[in-house]
Amino acid sequence: MTVARNLPHDAADLHVTGAARYVDDIPTPSGTLHLAFGTSTVAHGSLKSLALDKVRAAPGVVDVITPADLPFANDVSPSAHDEPLLAQNKVFYVGQPLFLVVARSHLQARRAARLAVADIEPLDAILTLEDALAADSRFEEGPRIYARGDVEGAMAQAAHVVTGAFDIGGQEHFYLEGQAALAQPQEGGDMIIMSSTQHPTEIQHKVAEALGVPMHAVRVETRRMGGGFGGKESQGNALAVACAIAASRTGRVCKMRYDRDDDMMITGKRHDFRILYKAACDAEGRILGIDFTHLVRCGWAQDLSLPVADRAMLHADNAYFLPHVRITSHRLKTHTQSATAFRGFGGPQGMLGIERVMDHMAQALDQDPLALRRKNFYASGGDISGPKNRTTTPYGQTVEDFCLGEMTERLCETSGFVARQAEVTAWNSTHTVLKKGLALTPVKFGISFTLTHLNQAGALVHVYQDGSVHLNHGGTEMGQGLFQKVAQVAAARFGIDTSQIRITATDTAKVPNTSATAASSGSDLNGMAVQAACDTIRARMAAFMAREHQCDVAQVVFRDGEVLVGSTAYSFAQVAEKAYLGRVSLSATGFYKTPKIAWDRLKGQGRPFFYFAYGVAASEVVVDTLTGENRLLRVDILHDTGASLNPSLDIGQIEGGFVQGAGWLTTEELVWDRTGRLRTHAPSTYKIPACSDRPDVFNVALWDQQNGEETVYRSKAVGEPPLMLGISAFSALSQAVQACGPHYADLQAPATAEAILRAIGRARGAGGSDVV
Amino acid sequence: MNITFRLNGETVSLSNVAPTTTLLDWLRDTRGLTGTKEGCNEGDCGACTVMATDETGARALNACILFLPQINGMAIRTVEGIAAPDGTLHPMQQAMIDQHGSQCGFCTPGFVVSMATAHLNGATNYDTELAGNLCRCTGYAPIIRAAEQAQHEAVPDHMHDTPVPNGPNTAGGKAAGFGGGQPPLWVQPTSSDELAAWYSAHPTATLIGGATDVGLCVNKDFRDLGPIAFLNRCADLATVTVSESEIRIGAAATLTALRQSLGPLHPSLATLIDRYGSVQVRNAATIGGNIANGSPIGDGPPALIALGATLHLRMADERRQMALEDFFLDYGKQDRRPGEFVEFITLPRQPDRLKCYKLSKRFDQDISAVCGCFSITVENDLVREARVAFGGMAGVPKRAEKAEAALRGASWSEKTVRGAMSALDADFTPLSDMRASANYRMTSARNMLWRYWLEDNGTTVSVREVSV
Repeated sequence: MTVARNLPHDAADLHVTGAARYVDDIPTPSGTLHLAFGTSTVAHGSLKSLALDKVRAAPGVVDVITPADLPFANDVSPSAHDEPLLAQNKVFYVGQPLFLVVARSHLQARRAARLAVADIEPLDAILTLEDALAADSRFEEGPRIYARGDVEGAMAQAAHVVTGAFDIGGQEHFYLEGQAALAQPQEGGDMIIMSSTQHPTEIQHKVAEALGVPMHAVRVETRRMGGGFGGKESQGNALAVACAIAASRTGRVCKMRYDRDDDMMITGKRHDFRILYKAACDAEGRILGIDFTHLVRCGWAQDLSLPVADRAMLHADNAYFLPHVRITSHRLKTHTQSATAFRGFGGPQGMLGIERVMDHMAQALDQDPLALRRKNFYASGGDISGPKNRTTTPYGQTVEDFCLGEMTERLCETSGFVARQAEVTAWNSTHTVLKKGLALTPVKFGISFTLTHLNQAGALVHVYQDGSVHLNHGGTEMGQGLFQKVAQVAAARFGIDTSQIRITATDTAKVPNTSATAASSGSDLNGMAVQAACDTIRARMAAFMAREHQCDVAQVVFRDGEVLVGSTAYSFAQVAEKAYLGRVSLSATGFYKTPKIAWDRLKGQGRPFFYFAYGVAASEVVVDTLTGENRLLRVDILHDTGASLNPSLDIGQIEGGFVQGAGWLTTEELVWDRTGRLRTHAPSTYKIPACSDRPDVFNVALWDQQNGEETVYRSKAVGEPPLMLGISAFSALSQAVQACGPHYADLQAPATAEAILRAIGRARGAGGSDVV
Repeated sequence: MNITFRLNGETVSLSNVAPTTTLLDWLRDTRGLTGTKEGCNEGDCGACTVMATDETGARALNACILFLPQINGMAIRTVEGIAAPDGTLHPMQQAMIDQHGSQCGFCTPGFVVSMATAHLNGATNYDTELAGNLCRCTGYAPIIRAAEQAQHEAVPDHMHDTPVPNGPNTAGGKAAGFGGGQPPLWVQPTSSDELAAWYSAHPTATLIGGATDVGLCVNKDFRDLGPIAFLNRCADLATVTVSESEIRIGAAATLTALRQSLGPLHPSLATLIDRYGSVQVRNAATIGGNIANGSPIGDGPPALIALGATLHLRMADERRQMALEDFFLDYGKQDRRPGEFVEFITLPRQPDRLKCYKLSKRFDQDISAVCGCFSITVENDLVREARVAFGGMAGVPKRAEKAEAALRGASWSEKTVRGAMSALDADFTPLSDMRASANYRMTSARNMLWRYWLEDNGTTVSVREVSV
């Protein structure tokens, strides 16, 4: 059977030969026009005038578009209609698009865009969390609060209380392929869009609004993205709408791609957070009550910030039972890029908050951090027999299959964790300049869109008369291997080889009303939809062959490229041809909606998640106490993918997710200056992990249990959860820093060399000074 | 002016070449070869990596900051030319498939070219060879597994490129370089004499060595360069000679060439150079450019100053020399007259006491927050000479004169080192920026002196020396 096999990515041979086409590689007719935005250099201000004469006169410029030229909606927001394509009257961040240049070449468009003179009267800009909180600048009417029990009462009974404030930096997606879109005008005002997007239906929706046409007049196609990571869930809207507007005005094919600096200045990033915490525990370190406050920097527009902030709250427990708990979330509005979806979607920040509390409590109680974590785990396997029901999350969902106790046990064995802890302690006692740290952290990540209606998917499958299969579904391919995994499902249903299946570009004309490929849901949703479509066709073929052979349908078996009808074997192609001649429909749609989920986001109660995905990671690091330089020495991971559809591709997600998560918490630092200008807007200044940043020793294994819920072949989602395994690297750095002195080191994220040196100063009691 | 080069085995001649058209744009927009990708357009991500072969061999270069005149006479191989002409995949390509080394696939062509170039050259230190290729999906592990799988396979015949047989196209002679009087003018002199004569006649011209810095000025700032002289055909400007008494380094020597010559003499400098940009950048960037652009955060000058380098400038036939540190007058201002250029630098041969410490957010391919270079000579427990220079601590690469004074003549002891560390406060008033705060720069600069002392006493001080 093709599922569970380690087949390569469907486009691997195209990738390695340079033949895989991305939007900017699609051949276009001569006369294709190229677009660039002119952008704001002011964070907040009134747009008094915009002098565009020099732009219009620049070589190659064909058209310059301002808000007044837009025929219909000036909006590219995925949520609240608060995000104009082009700024109107006021500007809200440095980098906000003001006007659109249409020119004969990409370079001419970019050059011309710099020639505008914008008269912007500056207004007070709110840039930081403090500014926003002080000004009560926020989305929603006030903070959202999820709570259970009596937090103050728990605090009063506690043996220990720790409090702290923890800054967590944002993260630039740095998909290697920047945002890109291409619009091809059609007869009758129709428009075809090629977009590097995770959400073709949203592109279709926004383009239709902008052109004032029904959605049926717009077709969006996405073959692949050169990376997405959440950054192409909503951030591609502006380019697609711009191309459609320009193509509609000029009648020509229009293409837009952001230069990397523009991409980083214009588009949103992961939300940065400050988490304030007060945690109370008993004498053994068991949490009694906890009070979290999340300050979330959302930027200038709402985008997806509300569900991101919700998901952070829903992961404030991570793997731990919190008897009395209150989570208060402030969604703060600032004059900076509108923060957006990024792998984990708020989950990583929420989870890092409680992991930080665990490390802080361990230091305060002088306990082993792993022992403390295990004491606070949810009860194993939904065990409700204990004196206290330690299986219910703060939002009321029962954790039915909690396996992190067993997974931690297994990883401790395979990684030699306990012995290595002793070695690290011994090593640190004999080394003064360099210090090591070793930490194990768990991940429990909720799978499903928290906006319940998004948990649906469609598929379209054709079997041709030669037995070849055309496969289409609503999910998009961004490198995660979704197309390959789903093709393996389809091949398994028909009992054929994946080479007989043609994977086709995501297309809003084939499958309508799709959800974004996001929330790790791609294979869960689309795999099931494809399975349903294949089963419909297979059932028709089987019924037809059974009639032909006067046998029972149960005697028609699809396997190993053959169809066995009783004792007669046909090739799949023969059966397809026979069915065609027998006038049997060989095309079907499939549909799936996730069962069991029900969620009230205002009350913070219900079952938002179909199931949880689990993982554990142990990281060992070494830190230089003179400079804060550091290195990941060894990482061991055990991750739960259920019954994997393709273990090699899943391991790829785990390795890549870990490194991306570790990068977020170490070298990746976003720096804005006092005028609100992002100073780290290119890879020269924003440092994602390079080759040598991967750990020397990197062991990844898959947990060997299938999903308890009825997912596609009992697999589990794998896109986002492994990113949070990177928290173990941060925790290990905290341990190494803490080994430098008796005071609480209070390491902040990202743990740059500078942040580490500052924390070492605190550990040594230098009161925040860096001096050694 | 016309250029001739080979592209995936085929000879290509172009006429009326605009000097600042990048190879990447030409490949994608004109030639229709879209396998080579633009990831950043500034030489930091490696998605545009191509293999370039000239008389000195094959090397990886970033096509996004490579202007067409720079490839005149070379053989270029893009990702489309890595598989054999009959379509047989290169061992590195097959290994990338086998090891699941591509996910989104956008960085993959650049990786494949870097890996195939390393394979051709027998280079197997992949952390170094691939530091200039960023991948956001895989976490690199499967890519390294692929490289290791394929490294013992034979090099396919077609990978052995030869440059254009008759050398670069200079048809029409120098006059053709003036593009029929239409700006922008550009020339490609073949000797420093030729360059000197032309530059003194065009003192506002831009000299381009490897274009790793000028490339950004063009791609990102759209800077008008005026007339241009490309230096990559000035063979005598690129030579490095090591004699009994001194080392002479031509201004157009690449960082790669510099490492080969100086690495054995000063291992710490070799380690520093390995962190200067990436393989692709070091294969293009010249030491003359690193000095002449006057950047306060270039890594070449602090190391060379610590080694006592002398800078040799030339204008027409007039030459003068100065201590390298004296060239840097102030931020953005150097002691160089219009029409005058860096011809070479000299270093005295000396016992190796050099240690170079570079701090940056990321270990590889990052610009220094602080780069401290130290050469402290001790005789009979007394400091005979101390040369300490920093990048990132002032508006220019600068010697730490007060710290040096505190060391010079004193006993080589912990107390002396502590004194010199304190003296650094009077030498520098660093700034805060996106790379580091002033406080971190000062603290870590001081600690670097301490590290030098510890290392001299045999203590392990680098996280790179530790393993599990």
